[in-house]
Amino acid sequence: MGLELFNTFILLLLVAAALVALKVRDLITASVVFGIYSFLMCLLWAEMGAVDVAFTEAAVGAGISTVVLVATVFNLKRKSSD
Amino acid sequence: MKAASMVPVFLVGFLLVFAATDFPEWGNPQSPASDSPVSSHFIGKTGVDTEVPNMVTAVLADYRGFDTMFETVVVFIAGMAVLAILKNSVKKGSVRRDHEVDAEPDLIVTNMVRLIVPVIQIFAFYVLAHGHVSPGGGFQGGVIMGASFILIALSWDLETALARFSLNRCMGVAAAGILIYAGIGIFSMFLGGEFLDYAELERVLPVSREMARYHAMLGVEIGVGCTVTAIMFALYANLSSEGKLEGGL
Amino acid sequence: MFEDGAILNELFLERLNYLIYVVLLLIGLYAMIAKNNLIKKLIGMSVFQTAIILFYVSIGVKEDATIPIYLPEHDPHGEHAHARGGPEALSRGQVATYANPLPHVLMLTAIVVGVATLGLALAVSLRIYQGYGTIEEDELLVKLEREDARTRKAEFPVADSPKVESKRKPVAKRVSKTGKSKK
Repeated sequence: MGLELFNTFILLLLVAAALVALKVRDLITASVVFGIYSFLMCLLWAEMGAVDVAFTEAAVGAGISTVVLVATVFNLKRKSSD
Repeated sequence: MKAASMVPVFLVGFLLVFAATDFPEWGNPQSPASDSPVSSHFIGKTGVDTEVPNMVTAVLADYRGFDTMFETVVVFIAGMAVLAILKNSVKKGSVRRDHEVDAEPDLIVTNMVRLIVPVIQIFAFYVLAHGHVSPGGGFQGGVIMGASFILIALSWDLETALARFSLNRCMGVAAAGILIYAGIGIFSMFLGGEFLDYAELERVLPVSREMARYHAMLGVEIGVGCTVTAIMFALYANLSSEGKLEGGL
Repeated sequence: MFEDGAILNELFLERLNYLIYVVLLLIGLYAMIAKNNLIKKLIGMSVFQTAIILFYVSIGVKEDATIPIYLPEHDPHGEHAHARGGPEALSRGQVATYANPLPHVLMLTAIVVGVATLGLALAVSLRIYQGYGTIEEDELLVKLEREDARTRKAEFPVADSPKVESKRKPVAKRVSKTGKSKK
């Protein structure tokens, strides 16, 4: 039961993180919140027993893809119209 | 536009929720996906066939080796495409962005990175080599290795990182990774097996058929790791400097 | 409301993972269609992709099963295997104690390929910014329209003959379409 509660909690946080990442107007903030989203996803997979997938997501999703997004946004306009 | 886009979104959503009610319960061991003969074979026979404790690595590098090889090729092609799109797109030193400042690299940050980077790289090798018995493997090890070079580029500047791992060398290492992977596959063809049939390598390695597969998987993972390391760093180097390969963040 | 067999019980208690995967997929799909900023569209694309991965990993879960790495008593190099004189195939009951490794393998490569394609998409949007000075879709469409008009003028200075008219048709179509959507 405890694990199920944990699962539910992370799933709801995931939806919230996805909505926030798409709602904020500052693109750097959006990138960082997307990193949070990736890390929550990694937590969820570790909990489901997919350790290799969780490891990859922690390194790739929360690490490299956030860095690459931030690096690109620095070369673009930081503000978004929506 | 926004109101119109809700129509396909809710249509797709209705169909998917409708289908979701027919799925087997979450975590049901009797569900078709978990009870299929293929998955049962992978779980039951991996130890006998390859002596690798981590089933994910065995399926990734051995049973589904062909798939993984071309996934690596996809990563390589994506990296080359980024290079082709951004190369010479702006003149060197022409436009100055707000974040490009002339400040010296910070003393505390650079000294900490000096201490951390060797540890990260050793950890990357550990993850790569220990992928057989614990979570890890070529993809994860390669990404961590690439991250160590990105850390150098972040704390000093891009030139410092490129002096250690230039873009030409990057693409060379990436191509070498795929050649290692395909080379092991073709080598096992020469020894009389099929493409990526590692068991035939027992003729050149002083081990049993099962252990030949075990060790060939390590070679394949090294190839994957080389490609992923190089492409991850090349992606960052090009995207952070718009292909100018100078300055950086 | 949540008793056995009711549709809400089935969706919220036993299949919450599948419900959330649908929600995340829809968020990503909506962002890809309706968002104006190209970077926002790409974040939506990544959310869409992780939703699919969540679906696959949820399929591979078994209740009361451990991670897909052999326990010491099944380890091919462990003491138990040595005592028996080599590794043995697992029985049907033992197989049920390990999570399904196949979806994990499929998704592991998909994540790495996903970041490579994200990098490629970011490179294309960087190039668009260099060419047009904006990554907002509506401004981009206006600029593209203007450029179309300019090249049309340069290519066909006299627009009277019917031959030229037929050649120009696809361009004219797009102009009318964007005009409609702006209203």
